[in-house]
Amino acid sequence: MSNGSSPVLEVKNLKTHFFTRTGVVQAVDDVSFSMYEGESLAIVGESGCGKTITALSLMKLIPHPGKIIQGEIHLHSDTGDVDLVKQSDRQMADIRGNKIGMIFQEPMTSLNPVLTIGYQLMEPLKLHLQMTDEQARKQAIELLRRVGIPAAAERLNDYPHQFSGGMRQRVMIAMAIACSPLILIADEPTTALDVTIQAQILELIRKMNQDLGVGVMLITHDLGVVAELCQRVIVMYAGQIIEEAPIEEIFNNPKHHYTIGLLRSMPKLGPHVKERLVPMKGLPPDLLNPPKGCRFQPRCPARQAKCAETPPLMPMGPRHRAACWFPEEHGA
Amino acid sequence: MSTNGTADGTLLAVKNLKKHFKIGGGLFKNRAGQVLKAVDGVTFDIKRGETFGLVGESGCGKTTLGQTIVRLYEPTSGQIIFDGTDISELREEKLRPLRRGMQMIFQDPGSSLDPRMTVGDIIGEPLDVFRVGSKDEQKQRIEELLRIVGLNAYFVNRYPHEFSGGQRQRIGIARSLALNPKLIVCDEAVSALDVSIQAQVLNLLNDLQEQFGLTYLFVAHNLAVVAHVSDRIGVMYLGKMVELGSTPQIYDHPLHPYTKALLSAIPIPQVGVKKKVERIILTGDVPSPINPPSGCPFHPRCPIATQRCSVDPPLFEQKESGHWAACHYAS
Repeated sequence: MSNGSSPVLEVKNLKTHFFTRTGVVQAVDDVSFSMYEGESLAIVGESGCGKTITALSLMKLIPHPGKIIQGEIHLHSDTGDVDLVKQSDRQMADIRGNKIGMIFQEPMTSLNPVLTIGYQLMEPLKLHLQMTDEQARKQAIELLRRVGIPAAAERLNDYPHQFSGGMRQRVMIAMAIACSPLILIADEPTTALDVTIQAQILELIRKMNQDLGVGVMLITHDLGVVAELCQRVIVMYAGQIIEEAPIEEIFNNPKHHYTIGLLRSMPKLGPHVKERLVPMKGLPPDLLNPPKGCRFQPRCPARQAKCAETPPLMPMGPRHRAACWFPEEHGA
Repeated sequence: MSTNGTADGTLLAVKNLKKHFKIGGGLFKNRAGQVLKAVDGVTFDIKRGETFGLVGESGCGKTTLGQTIVRLYEPTSGQIIFDGTDISELREEKLRPLRRGMQMIFQDPGSSLDPRMTVGDIIGEPLDVFRVGSKDEQKQRIEELLRIVGLNAYFVNRYPHEFSGGQRQRIGIARSLALNPKLIVCDEAVSALDVSIQAQVLNLLNDLQEQFGLTYLFVAHNLAVVAHVSDRIGVMYLGKMVELGSTPQIYDHPLHPYTKALLSAIPIPQVGVKKKVERIILTGDVPSPINPPSGCPFHPRCPIATQRCSVDPPLFEQKESGHWAACHYAS
């Protein structure tokens, strides 16, 4: 899907830095990528790699003291092309929930506990689509039904605490797709859920992607979830994109030594009892003071002198790029 | 207090263990008298030097079971035979010396390490509590423990907040090793860690087991991690053990429909590899353990349940050598 169609989102040289008392944290540092219509794209990486801040930058919801200090975020929709970086708060309010929907890890903290589910679902419909109460109510029931909530009409009057974790995440998805957005950003949508409930939610997100054509941007640390859901993968490390490829390429022919390390450290399900894992040595760098050149070089098994220079994202094959001077030859 | 021999190499035997919590009362008078059956009749044993994995979803009672075994909770009924002694009813003063033999590692090392104690004090606390060795000997032991878990000995005077999550978990492990325990209960010990750090800690646990002949009860929700570290696995659902077997038995030939669904629900980080089993997506949520379903607790979500399952609770039976399951239709 992603090769023929046009991009809905183009991020160019995005830098989001946090101005803390101890110094400047380069949380997102010169990140460029595109997302195509209806595609499912994963952004993966470990804690602190900048994946969530990248997503929050797209929504312009960066927490204090973070700021976008450079870059462009172009959103192409039927109403034209806008650079989100240049939009005012007022203009962003029209885009959030309308053009871009977002769901978070912990649905309880993103739902308002003192308002009914119905109220919270109808609000964006009335606001963005100028529906009347009656229309919004009908649409809200339809949305709940679509995300698989039984007895939708009665449950409109319930409060978030009356729903289970999996059901709350379904409500969040219903809210996020209420205005038929171009992109659904899902930030660790199943991390807080049990594995049998996770399977239900992943199935639902896949259905929304395929049936409604919503582009899905999945932010996660779990490569298993990525393999289930996504067509293309962006791997981030220490605030930068280090590899970008279609899903088969990432798993079967990874080029960057960090991606390889990540794949090797995962316990594989299967009867390999007590087989030794191959962990990466060391820890991710402190983004107050990242290493010069390639940020992965202090932990990299293939490091050479040239790695003191920052490697750009270089083509490694069709639609496959990696930021490494000495990429793996035959995959891992 | 019965004292059994331990010639068969069993370190821990748990027999029909129950832990029920009375809830309600006070502000919640309308719920007074209700009972939450967190652990409801669990039987299994762990051999010396073995890793026994305990899996299940939130609320299945796996953590309560682990904590009842080390007597952080009073068992409601049943027996816990540790190293030949029934400890289920032992009083504090008799229990204390046995406690040295069993330790715990918790999920979140951020909250299980006292932020106002130095690393040396944290690791040395068990030595202090049991008055092991002189001050000098203790200091040496602390430095030795730090080296064993792969940390620098000069970290003794630092505080927990100065360490990363993986390093803090190593501190927790060093503390658990201080008294040379026989059994360590690892409760979601690597769940909070990033995958590259998780691999380091799993390898460390493995090395320590070989080096010191440790026995682990490894409690976790992640079946891939549990299958990786365990010799045998027990699967829990709503306070009961529904299946128990060797890791290859559970993985290659699961008997209980819940285990099958759990295995099939795990996202596999591979593409182009055909899944071993058809994905079974269970409907609905885990029911409340306050008012569990009648008959087999899994029947409302079970794809193969029949009328019989809603009335007749299945027995936990041995279906093949060393492979137990609680299901009328286990196959």
